[in-house]
Amino acid sequence: MTGSPNQLPEPGAEMGHFVSDAPFDPYEAEKAGSAQGKFAEASQLRLMWWKFRKHRIAVVAGVFLLVMYASILISEILAPYNLHTRNTDFIFTPPQPVHLFHDGAFVGPFVYGRTMVLDMETLQRIYTDDPAQVQKLRFFCSGDAYDFWGMVPATFHLVCPAKGGQMFLLGTDRLGRDVLSRIIYGARISLTIGLFGVAMSFVLGIVIGGIAGYRGGWFDMVTQRVIEVLQSIPSIPLWMALAAIIPVTWSPILVYLGITVILGMLDWTGLARAVRSKLLSLREEDYVLAARLMGAGSGRIIGRHMVPGFMSHLIAVATLTIPGMILGETALSFLGIGLRPPITSWGILLTESRSVNIIALYPWLMFPVLPVILVVLAFNFLGDGLRDAADPYK
Amino acid sequence: MLRYILMRVLTMVPTLFLISVLVFTIIELPPGDFFESYVSEMKALGEEADLAEIEMLRERYGFDDPQIIRYFNWAGGMLRGDFGYSFEYRLPVNDVVGDRLWLTIVLSTLTILFTWALAFPIGIYSATHQYSWGDYGLTFLGLAGIAVPNFMLALVMMYFANIWFGVSIGNLMDQQYLGQAMTWEKFRSILSHIWIPVVIIGTAGTAGMVRTLRANLLDELQKQYVVTARAKGLPPGKVLRKYPLRMALNFFVSDIGSILPAMISGAEVTAIVLSLETTGPMLIRALQSQDMYLAGSFLMFLAFLTVIGVLISDIALAFLDPRIRLGAGSAK
Repeated sequence: MTGSPNQLPEPGAEMGHFVSDAPFDPYEAEKAGSAQGKFAEASQLRLMWWKFRKHRIAVVAGVFLLVMYASILISEILAPYNLHTRNTDFIFTPPQPVHLFHDGAFVGPFVYGRTMVLDMETLQRIYTDDPAQVQKLRFFCSGDAYDFWGMVPATFHLVCPAKGGQMFLLGTDRLGRDVLSRIIYGARISLTIGLFGVAMSFVLGIVIGGIAGYRGGWFDMVTQRVIEVLQSIPSIPLWMALAAIIPVTWSPILVYLGITVILGMLDWTGLARAVRSKLLSLREEDYVLAARLMGAGSGRIIGRHMVPGFMSHLIAVATLTIPGMILGETALSFLGIGLRPPITSWGILLTESRSVNIIALYPWLMFPVLPVILVVLAFNFLGDGLRDAADPYK
Repeated sequence: MLRYILMRVLTMVPTLFLISVLVFTIIELPPGDFFESYVSEMKALGEEADLAEIEMLRERYGFDDPQIIRYFNWAGGMLRGDFGYSFEYRLPVNDVVGDRLWLTIVLSTLTILFTWALAFPIGIYSATHQYSWGDYGLTFLGLAGIAVPNFMLALVMMYFANIWFGVSIGNLMDQQYLGQAMTWEKFRSILSHIWIPVVIIGTAGTAGMVRTLRANLLDELQKQYVVTARAKGLPPGKVLRKYPLRMALNFFVSDIGSILPAMISGAEVTAIVLSLETTGPMLIRALQSQDMYLAGSFLMFLAFLTVIGVLISDIALAFLDPRIRLGAGSAK
């Protein structure tokens, strides 16, 4: 052994023969791999999660949506009042702000009581805060009686007004119903209608797009034309036409299901296109050819080898179609051809603020538009994040 | 080029045929027809409906014929420019509709132009200043435009226009011009009203267009020819203008196909809220009263408008991009 291994030989000098005297470890390469490249070994799902996590806004949006969806499980507890509780002495009350200090002393969260004067000229109800009435909010308390999930009678609420007092944090409507409570209950319908609609268009899209993409031929031709047609008709007029078909005699629940079907029926086209184009490109992949050569049937090839390849992509596309459905339902209900009371969705709540006069006099009736905007934004951000994450190798 | 346009127009025919079948099915779906609901409504009011006249109308419009024959009557009539008879207004649909169709076209065209004028500079700015505060702000603003329901925006704008400018912005023109022939005054009145619906409807479409333009421009900006052009010392503005922008322009034009239906949807809802003299309010009224020829013609017209819009954008694309013009139109 001539010279140390770290030293280059002199130019022109003869190269020495070097053998490392370190003990031989056959697993060395793998150890090195796990040290520097955890990416090389991580599963696809893990990679997607890492990529998704980097998209900060998408994570925040995802958490926000999780909270929203969790809230519809316990709407009865979260809402201070019931959906249909009428406070006939407090019609069109403006929102009551929550205070912490009264006369410079800390009291904890409370609202001031309200006194109402009827303006005899305009016949408008004018509410003023009455500083003498300090109504402390109660937490984990018993208030309006309700049937939890329509089954278990209970009176437990997260927060209630003081005994004999009121708490209208977002004001009341023309029947004296608490807007905040109605928004919380409305989430049940507005949030689920998009999910059911998407579930339906998901199934339709995968089946139709799958057959079209894998089989091709005349079926593909026909579906392509049909999709083109459906996509070239403006969706809201078509939804309007279909919603107008729903007979007036149907019960509100049936109407809800009908609207879901209508939303889903026209929305599968985007998904079907995505499935088809993905299938067409995946069909040419080597691993699919390998599976076929090993004798796998088409069902197994599609289900086991191709669907996992584009499922993540599909979920991202589906996420991006939910906001359209939520907005569609809101618009239909607002126009009076969607859902009908007593079913309460955010669109139904917005029908209350249908005229300019209402906006001028009782602007708090527009609060239900806020959750609509937030949820639609959140779904957009989440969908963007998912779409980036769906292709983690990029 | 002519060949391409011809091919493109020909492919429109089956599309329109399928749309007409779909529309016809939808307007035929509800049980009963206009006369049944009309007669029962009259009975409820304690009045006698003129059964002889109804019988005559039923006869004339072939209400008792099988569906296929009715379809061909309806579709054939439309080809000849006869859109049928509105039973509610007791007038041919052509007379009821009046300028509404034209106003809808004007409104849609203006909205697209507005969307372009807004989306083009914003998209370029967002792409060239990627991840800057301006980019984030504009992207967020665009998303907000998508998220706020059109009808709410319409209501709020109506309110503020009333307070700030003292104009009532419902309607598309001052009431005295309704049903009058087009004059300079009427035109001016329309012009002073139309910008509000244009802005409202345009907000949602703008966001979508900015997104597309930004994404495509970003893709182009990373390509090697841009690097080469820059390395050779071309000023940045010229680099942008000469190459990537022209490529991104293609997507800008072809995107009309996906944005137009959404835009017309938004236009309908906005029109209902603002009670504009376009198709929206009349369509919803016709749907509710089962005035099927009127509703059907409107639906058909809206779909036709979209198809034509896409056709125009495709032809414009062929002018812009020789690859589309020369590569057979069928390859797509």
